[in-house]
Amino acid sequence: MGRTIIEKIIQAHSRDEAAAGRIIWMDLDVRSARDFGGPNVVKNFEKEYGGAPPADPAKTFFTFDLCAPACSLKYADNQQACRDFARKHGIRVYDVDRGVGTHVMIEEELAKAGGTVVGTDSHMNILGAVNCFGQGMGDVDIAFAFKTGRTWFEVPESVKVVLKGRPAAAAGAKDLTLFLCRELGTKKIALSSAEFYGEAARNLDLPGRITLCSMITEMAGIIGFIPENGPIAADADAAYGAVVEVDVGGLTPQVAVPPSPNTVRPLAEVRGLRIDSGFIGSCTNGRTEDFARAAEILKGCKVKEGVMLKVVPATRRVYEEMLERGILETLFQSGAIVVNPGCGGCAEGHVGLTGKGEVQVSTGNRNFPGKQGKGQTYLAGPAVVAASCVAGAIAGPEDL
Amino acid sequence: MDNDIRQGRAVVLLDAKGRIIEDIDTDQIFHNAHLHITDIAQMGPLALGNLEGWKDFAKESREGDILIAGRNFGAGSSRQQAVDCFIALKLGAVLAPSFSAIYFRNAVNSGFPVLKINVLDALIAGGRLATGDTIRIDVRSGRAENISRKTVLEVEPMSPVQHDIFAAGDLFKYGKVLG
Repeated sequence: MGRTIIEKIIQAHSRDEAAAGRIIWMDLDVRSARDFGGPNVVKNFEKEYGGAPPADPAKTFFTFDLCAPACSLKYADNQQACRDFARKHGIRVYDVDRGVGTHVMIEEELAKAGGTVVGTDSHMNILGAVNCFGQGMGDVDIAFAFKTGRTWFEVPESVKVVLKGRPAAAAGAKDLTLFLCRELGTKKIALSSAEFYGEAARNLDLPGRITLCSMITEMAGIIGFIPENGPIAADADAAYGAVVEVDVGGLTPQVAVPPSPNTVRPLAEVRGLRIDSGFIGSCTNGRTEDFARAAEILKGCKVKEGVMLKVVPATRRVYEEMLERGILETLFQSGAIVVNPGCGGCAEGHVGLTGKGEVQVSTGNRNFPGKQGKGQTYLAGPAVVAASCVAGAIAGPEDL
Repeated sequence: MDNDIRQGRAVVLLDAKGRIIEDIDTDQIFHNAHLHITDIAQMGPLALGNLEGWKDFAKESREGDILIAGRNFGAGSSRQQAVDCFIALKLGAVLAPSFSAIYFRNAVNSGFPVLKINVLDALIAGGRLATGDTIRIDVRSGRAENISRKTVLEVEPMSPVQHDIFAAGDLFKYGKVLG
């Protein structure tokens, strides 16, 4: 029997038979923790293993991206506990200046095609965008991984998702991703590895792949891959749990409305809803290309009086590219608030929460009740967020 | 007492309309505003603190309670606190038709019983399972009954690895058993 992508990657890291449904032990190329979860990893590690070293400090990392730099004493203490542990054991820290850990791992090529990476980030499966098996885990798992370099895992079933047709030019990677959040819901690829095929998947550039793979978690999947023309192909006789066809022909911009990323409507159905704030960034839409798209719309325009637009680049490298390409200046001149790289805007980190009654349109990936505060969050692509901030209401670029 | 046997009061997570709540996210179980907390004892009072209608859960819960929720329980983040808050309250188990992958692993690794329950919707719609019922589960065999109503519950047993970790106490202790 042939193997799916996930079976191939796991098999290359396991002495056990890596077939769907089996529980195996898997070697880990990279083990990491961030500033949420990391302090608990350190605490667990020291409680269980005392002063013993991790299995391989060169494969062990911290990435601080959530509360960067620390905005309260508690987070400052937590980050320092990780730094002290890292210094003691010779572990590299990508500190609060670097940005979203998963994106740093892609830029630094720690996440490689065919590799296995774990960390305390539930969007670690974003690494599927570079054909790497990334998996978010809790602090018990990660402390164990630091010490042993391996983990147990149930090899997931794979689902083949075939995208039919070509989306409209106005629809970007986020619109496709939100539409898939709606069509696949939290059931069709649940607990599975999704392999996306078809022209609409194949045509995604790296930032677009990152956008799609970042929201597999919101579809309750384990990981997503876009294999065509890539370095790893599934065998022709690989076994799939299901094959799902999704018609994306003529797809138009989409918006996820509260209460979840899976309650998605065409932009046309929510157009005109008054907003108080906008957010562009996150591991889903924090690449230079995302900000370039927003800047095209914001050039020569002003964010409407009474609306605030928050911008958070994914990484320091993205920030630098925005500086070089004049994107930062365009965003600044439009009235946007641009802050340092990281995960701000999603968790209760360093970029504003929403207050009761506030309506926010965001390029993030979650709008569960209470996630970003007491307001209502609508999820969309960078073009819709930028246009909405100029209009003061949910809008597409064509409405300006 | 046999560690495999869990007996306690059922607490069924229903919404205001009496429907089982599905897709309960880790921000509803343990909100991200509290992620700086690393001491398990402090996590208990915050359990379900952001789940509409259940904000007083921690105050009203009792040791041994068996929490019953809709499918995809524990969606969202990787935070271990969303499991640890229930350990802090000394809950007996969580039953749901399915769990998010990360949540399930976190519970398994902490030696906290999370088990799949089948035909849950029909049980609730039929009034055959409600908060306050006493239920008893053998986590190893999956044999489960609603003692109050003298009915059998369809609960899936722990997988061998899950049970090995559970029996050892947690993943760390299991790792030491493995050597």
